[in-house]
Amino acid sequence: MLRKIVFLALSLLILAALIIVSAASGTIRIPFKDVLSVLILFDRTGFGRVIWDVRMPRILAALLVGAGLSLSGTVMQSVLRNPLASPYTLGLSSAAAFGASFAIVFLGAGTGTTSTIIISNPWTVTFSAFFFSILSTAAILILTVLTRISAESMILAGIALGSLFSAGLTLLQYLADSVQLASILAWTFGDLGRAYRQSLIITALALFPVSFLFLLYRWDFNALDTGEETAKGLGIRTGAIRIVGMTTASLLSAVIVSFFGTIAFLGLLAPHITRKILGGDHRFLLTASPLTGAILLLGADTAARTLFSPMVLPVGIVTSLFGGPLFIYLLILRGKK
Amino acid sequence: MSFRYNSTPILRNLSFSVQDGEILSILGPNGAGKTTLLKCLNRVLTPKEGTVFIDGRDTRDMSLIKVAKRIGWVPQRGEISRMKVYDLILLGRKPYFKWGPDREDHRQTMEIIHLLGLEALALRYADEISGGEFQLIQTARALAQNPRVILFDEPTSSLDISNQHLLLAKIRSLIHSNPRAAVITMHDINLALRYSDKFLFLKNGYIRAVGSKEIIDSPLIKEIYDMKAQVIEAGGYPLVIPV
Repeated sequence: MLRKIVFLALSLLILAALIIVSAASGTIRIPFKDVLSVLILFDRTGFGRVIWDVRMPRILAALLVGAGLSLSGTVMQSVLRNPLASPYTLGLSSAAAFGASFAIVFLGAGTGTTSTIIISNPWTVTFSAFFFSILSTAAILILTVLTRISAESMILAGIALGSLFSAGLTLLQYLADSVQLASILAWTFGDLGRAYRQSLIITALALFPVSFLFLLYRWDFNALDTGEETAKGLGIRTGAIRIVGMTTASLLSAVIVSFFGTIAFLGLLAPHITRKILGGDHRFLLTASPLTGAILLLGADTAARTLFSPMVLPVGIVTSLFGGPLFIYLLILRGKK
Repeated sequence: MSFRYNSTPILRNLSFSVQDGEILSILGPNGAGKTTLLKCLNRVLTPKEGTVFIDGRDTRDMSLIKVAKRIGWVPQRGEISRMKVYDLILLGRKPYFKWGPDREDHRQTMEIIHLLGLEALALRYADEISGGEFQLIQTARALAQNPRVILFDEPTSSLDISNQHLLLAKIRSLIHSNPRAAVITMHDINLALRYSDKFLFLKNGYIRAVGSKEIIDSPLIKEIYDMKAQVIEAGGYPLVIPV
């Protein structure tokens, strides 16, 4: 229990520190004591305008997206009984990227001027991305129901659909003109700079009910971890849990990916780190892994904004860059044990 | 009761019963349908024809949760997740949870931990204990379901000889001291003879014999396992020795 309390306290502390650092850093450097006073007093003048209007939406996006992707990954790994399951590995991101590109190429959502690339109609792109990720999830679910609802068939269906959508994406890129191509590319980099009031509100509206639902099912997830038959023997309708878990986790990640693009590895990495520290009990995992996800993504985004300042990198590149090696390191740790 | 996978019949027209305080061993060669039979009893698998009654009630009319309150389940190889032993035993109370475990669930969990002498293990992680200890934990979890019958699928298959006897002796005392029954699938006929009250021999999905230890003789062993054997008496128990 002590370990859990220490984990919770430490991660909240790190998160608070990261929020302050992130609010302070950027093209205009703001001293920490000014950041604190602006945050505490809700001051919206001077530095306050920079913090509240420019940096805070981005920080909030990092928190919501990090928590959401991590939560989805945790639940997918549990219901699919596979440590590799995540919104990214199950083809959801590919489907969303295909949807966004489809909107850019065929629905005229991406046009450009000579010097900058503009996605002229972000809502069309978002809706199209969302539609195709939901389509892919529905296809996975239908395929698994047809082939009896086993965890393996869900994963295999996800991988198959993911590669199908990747192929479709390549085709679209081939058909696109150079401006559209640039828009597609810009979309696929996961970027928190797209945080607006509406997207943040919608993401939060998806995140909180889904978290609550998952917490209701925490003991069912624990039972699933003891094996399919054991769970059934404990009175759990494993097929139903699997479908509910997959549907809601996919919906949540579809919302996130449609607004913010592909942010690789986070949904895989954050649950693994949390499991490593706290064990596999979902009572703790479902509250702690969103925290880990939020810390990782806010850290990555702060790095993305400051490493090559004044250039701001899309955070998706940073998570892929550091996520891969970190994941390998976790694997080595596990091998040593 | 009958059971098919797709269209291949695995179990055909079985009918048997088990009483309170009784341990029934299901024996038979590999592929006879022992484990399938066990899984049909608590609806991990659903029989194609026929049904299972418990206390005179048809399990087909019961929800899985209601079945889980009456039938405990100890799988052969449960997957080992990184959870505390205490919480794994508490998981046996899952059929009784509303929002989560209440005081009564914790009380019963503690009672079972004391009953099985698992105090030293309770706060350890399940992936850090031995195979014999894990089987005890799975048994404890099934007991926490507070069932009328506990099903064990080859509980001794991965245990050394001393742990085999320790586990079965424990199971025997648990069943005999309470109004509750056990159904166990077994490979080791001599272990079964030592610890069970009743035997059911299964071959190719048919019941070949049911009864107490008196039914076990050389012709039966020959019929079931296609092997010559002698049945002798040792230490007050029958012993099957291949010849």
